[in-house]
Amino acid sequence: MSELRAYSSHTPRHGSTRLGWSVGALLLLAYGLPYSQPLFAALFPDLARPVYVQEPMAALMWQHIGLVLLSSSIAVIIATLAGMATTFKTGQAFKPMMEMQAGMGQTFPPVAVLAVAVPAVGFGELPALIALSIFGVLPVLQATLAGLASVPPSVLDSARAMGMTPRQILTEVQMPLAIPLWLAGVRTSVVVNIGTAAIASTVGAKTLGLPIIIGLSGFNTAYVLQGAMMVGLLAIAADLAFDALALKLQGSATSGVDNQA
Amino acid sequence: MIIKFKNTCKSYGAEAAIADFNLDIQKGELLVLLGPSGSGKSTVLKMVNRMVSHDEGQIYFHDREINSFNVQDLRRRMGYAIQSVGLFPHRTVAQNIATVPKLLGWDTQRVQARVNELLTLLAMDPKQYAARYPHQLSGGQQQRVGVARALAANPDVLLMDEPFGALDPISRAALQVALKQIQQTTGKTILFVTHDIDEALLLATRIVLLNQGRIVQVGTPLELLQQPANDFVVNFLGRADLGLQQLSMRSIAPYVKAIEGAPPTHVIAYSVSLREAISRMATLHVSALSVVKEDGTVLGQVQAADLLENKHV
Repeated sequence: MSELRAYSSHTPRHGSTRLGWSVGALLLLAYGLPYSQPLFAALFPDLARPVYVQEPMAALMWQHIGLVLLSSSIAVIIATLAGMATTFKTGQAFKPMMEMQAGMGQTFPPVAVLAVAVPAVGFGELPALIALSIFGVLPVLQATLAGLASVPPSVLDSARAMGMTPRQILTEVQMPLAIPLWLAGVRTSVVVNIGTAAIASTVGAKTLGLPIIIGLSGFNTAYVLQGAMMVGLLAIAADLAFDALALKLQGSATSGVDNQA
Repeated sequence: MIIKFKNTCKSYGAEAAIADFNLDIQKGELLVLLGPSGSGKSTVLKMVNRMVSHDEGQIYFHDREINSFNVQDLRRRMGYAIQSVGLFPHRTVAQNIATVPKLLGWDTQRVQARVNELLTLLAMDPKQYAARYPHQLSGGQQQRVGVARALAANPDVLLMDEPFGALDPISRAALQVALKQIQQTTGKTILFVTHDIDEALLLATRIVLLNQGRIVQVGTPLELLQQPANDFVVNFLGRADLGLQQLSMRSIAPYVKAIEGAPPTHVIAYSVSLREAISRMATLHVSALSVVKEDGTVLGQVQAADLLENKHV
């Protein structure tokens, strides 16, 4: 249970307050940007157009979120199934290979995956989706393997000796006990994907990276700032949301017992 | 006969862990597998529920070779308790105990009644403990739950692998007493692995002493103490303490005599062993003790000079 506790040191109320603030700031920036002309004009007096208006920022945000949700879902499903397969006899042989790939893949830059994907499928959303899905697999795979390995041998031993079938052991013992570490992996995968999805704008996907790239190429630092703030706030909000989720899981796993103990 | 080993062998690589093992286990026995580490006692236990497979020979459960059972069905008919307990950390005490009944498809009411019955049997208040998680219990309480979980589906056989080995002496003694009572009231067949001689002498109806994968001697605790088969048995049981161990197996009942003249000032309970009586005399520096029943009535006296005579046949 130590993994469960390792998640978060702050209280639920504190965590959810911070989540509320970051989501509020994100929405305010996304929907309030068209009305912020005077503010950014004052901050950037040299720029003729200090507010990004080529596309509505809110629309870019939702497209960004959609791309991350889709690619992360694909990544989580593939990685979790692959990790679980290693618990079965036929899958065990693949475990060392998966562990090696999970480690190696982390060192592979996502831009390289994008660069390879473009000649294969052309510009647009698809190469971004492929690159993000591939890149998202690795942290989840690693976490799934680590989570399954964290189940104490004595627990597996008694599960087997009590007459549980391999499938029952997986679904009733290994998976519930692996969830905290697995969730930490999903969190890493999603948060990293939010940042990487910004780079996907270089291959024509419409994400929050667009203002950054246009700003960089046109020497408009205000655009860069606005895009970067959006990506940053989105990543922080997602991270805090996972924090809250982990805390909730921990709460339900030990609900109503702490006050008795 | 509930379990029968016939010429059973088990080897790991070239090394024989169990060689030509033959043993009949009767219903209602508390059979202790005793031996030094590496003697194969755990292997023998684990072969019974196929946690370890035997290479040669047969093992019969209710006159059927164990390999002819569906392995899960076989295991659900045998309770299992181990030193590291292995409770499910994500499940409550009640859910842990309910594991095998749930696998067998008992209805909720029956499961709950059984959980409460078992917690009560193991001296844990269901109201207080049923909803707790394993990490909120002491080591002794965890193993009580472990034993309850092993007993849950009323198995024919209980397999216990050094279940009390990691506990403090007080918890261990309490659980030994609890197990002995459970065995006497339910008549369960129990296979119990230990390397602790005192535990074996206290619990066993029969001891199987193992060394290097072979049986050295089989017998009741008193038989092992009085007629050790060879030097290994004598050494293992503790050469210096052999006499005291024998005394601890014997009641003072046959030595109680009528009191003539003034009764001895110090008293001792009727139910204690000879070892305890002699120890009591030594600490009090007396040569006689009054023997009393639980309600305090004096039955007579025991005298030091008589205690070493053999009055047991």
